[in-house]
Amino acid sequence: MKALSQKRRHPLAAIALLLLGLMLTGGLYAAATTVNQAKADTTTFSAQDTKEGQKLFVANCATCHGMGAGGSPTGPSLVGVGAAAVDFQVATGRMPLEANGPQAQEKPRQFNETQTKQLAGYIASLGAGPAIPEEHYLDGKGNAATGGELFRVNCAMCHNAAAAGGALTRGKFAPALAGVSSQHIYEAMVTGPQNMPVFNDANITPDDKRDIITFLQTIDASGSPGGADLGSLGPVSEGLFIWVAGLGVVIAFTIWLTSRTS
Amino acid sequence: MGDHSDGTEAHSRAVARAGHGEVDKFQDPGLPPHRLRLADTNPKAAKRAERQVAALFGISVIGTLLFFFAYFGVRLDNTISTLRLQNLLLGLGTGFAMLGIGTGIVHWARALMPDHEVSEERHAIRTEADRVGAEKIVGDILEETGIKRRPLIRNTLLGALVLAPLPAIAIFRDLGPLPADALRHTMWKTGTRLVRDPTGTPIKAADVTIGSAYHVIPEGLNELKEGKLEAKSKAVVLLMRLNPEELHPSPGREDWGYNGIVAYSKICTHVGCPVALYEQQTHHLLCPCHQSTFDLTRECKVIFGPANRPLPQLPIKVDSEGYLVAQSDFHEPVGPSFWERG
Repeated sequence: MKALSQKRRHPLAAIALLLLGLMLTGGLYAAATTVNQAKADTTTFSAQDTKEGQKLFVANCATCHGMGAGGSPTGPSLVGVGAAAVDFQVATGRMPLEANGPQAQEKPRQFNETQTKQLAGYIASLGAGPAIPEEHYLDGKGNAATGGELFRVNCAMCHNAAAAGGALTRGKFAPALAGVSSQHIYEAMVTGPQNMPVFNDANITPDDKRDIITFLQTIDASGSPGGADLGSLGPVSEGLFIWVAGLGVVIAFTIWLTSRTS
Repeated sequence: MGDHSDGTEAHSRAVARAGHGEVDKFQDPGLPPHRLRLADTNPKAAKRAERQVAALFGISVIGTLLFFFAYFGVRLDNTISTLRLQNLLLGLGTGFAMLGIGTGIVHWARALMPDHEVSEERHAIRTEADRVGAEKIVGDILEETGIKRRPLIRNTLLGALVLAPLPAIAIFRDLGPLPADALRHTMWKTGTRLVRDPTGTPIKAADVTIGSAYHVIPEGLNELKEGKLEAKSKAVVLLMRLNPEELHPSPGREDWGYNGIVAYSKICTHVGCPVALYEQQTHHLLCPCHQSTFDLTRECKVIFGPANRPLPQLPIKVDSEGYLVAQSDFHEPVGPSFWERG
């Protein structure tokens, strides 16, 4: 103790103290914020996957995303987007992009499962990012009621209250969610593809995401209790129906009422 | 029955010929010749029409029976599908019950009831005798009531008439308190934490990664005993983070965000729909009702649609524990314009 108090006034003491403080706050900060960072990938990629993935990447993706996936004027950098982003974009056929447009369209996938995994492994090896979700978050055994509430607060404004999708600006749109695999829905939430905002695990916890997926599976399975849903597009399709069919019947009756009998 | 014109040759197609110096003038061409219907001439057709009308009334009877079958016959077992079946049959039953009677009566009238064309002359609009008579009645009333002779009665009546509607003002006033300054303030106060909607958990600044969108309510809203929805409808906020270089805050508002995290009112300045569609690449906020579009990078300036003012920004900062808190309430009223807004 005496030694310490003697060195207290040493010219370097202030610097040492500052360094200690910085390391402490930095360490605490890192520990506190890890919730955002990718946890260890649950799908493990072998060195072989990464190598094959790099070959596929160079052949198919590097034109836009750059040789090292560092991005180019035509495509964003993929460092740190994580395996989840690759799995979502490639397995739904959105990437490789077929044509430039307001947004990448879903289409038949161009890479099989193994190739997708290899690509994901390569991209994941470039920097930590959201991993492919664990199986038990996708099982649809969460709480559908909680999921429904979360869906209405966070998702329904773009994807429609019945998850039937909706329009955005200049040709962009939020797709319908019926028939989309639970894994892709989860991945879309954590990665925020294209114009969708990111809903990281700090915002919507993995268990909450499981509830949302359960809700979507429930409404998918229960169908429309109120009869034909006309695409669940609300006043657009319902209005069109009643204007055409409803007014059509009214007009037909009017003509019948005023026509002469033979 | 008035003039019963049967449209003989003498009446129809009579066009006046213009004589010298006369104005061309149409004469009433009358009605086209009456055409007999099949049922008027053919007893078989009449019989058939009679059966058709009866069949339509029969459909109505079946519809009513269907209603009672659905009401008593369909067992509700607490599943949505039986309820749906019952509702469908109830609707179809009532529908056909009404439609059968309606179409039956119309068909009856069209096919079997007499259909002679009839025209009725218009009455004279006013005769001088009527006018004088009415004038006399008014005069008599004034005379008999003596309202001119008794000004006390007249004046008290006028006073009573003026005062009588006044209670209505009090009654309508009681429909609700005037909003006072409720439209100008929300639940946000200095130091109110931003919490997630609907769970009510606070938000760490570090958790809001770039591209994120959080739907936010003020802390304590979920615990409100009354007026929760009213408070929520004013205080909801959308929290987003973008690259700080993309934001262009105006002078005096530079510190309203935190490292690119900004919070804006979710209530559209047009008619108050929730503006919650966020495009994280273009940084546009869209209102789902009338497509008003706000540019987040320029303090939510309106770039499309009917909204007139930018969305109000909620100034935020970080408290000692790293959670996001409000610096103050909104600096202007949220939501659509109102008269006293100024």
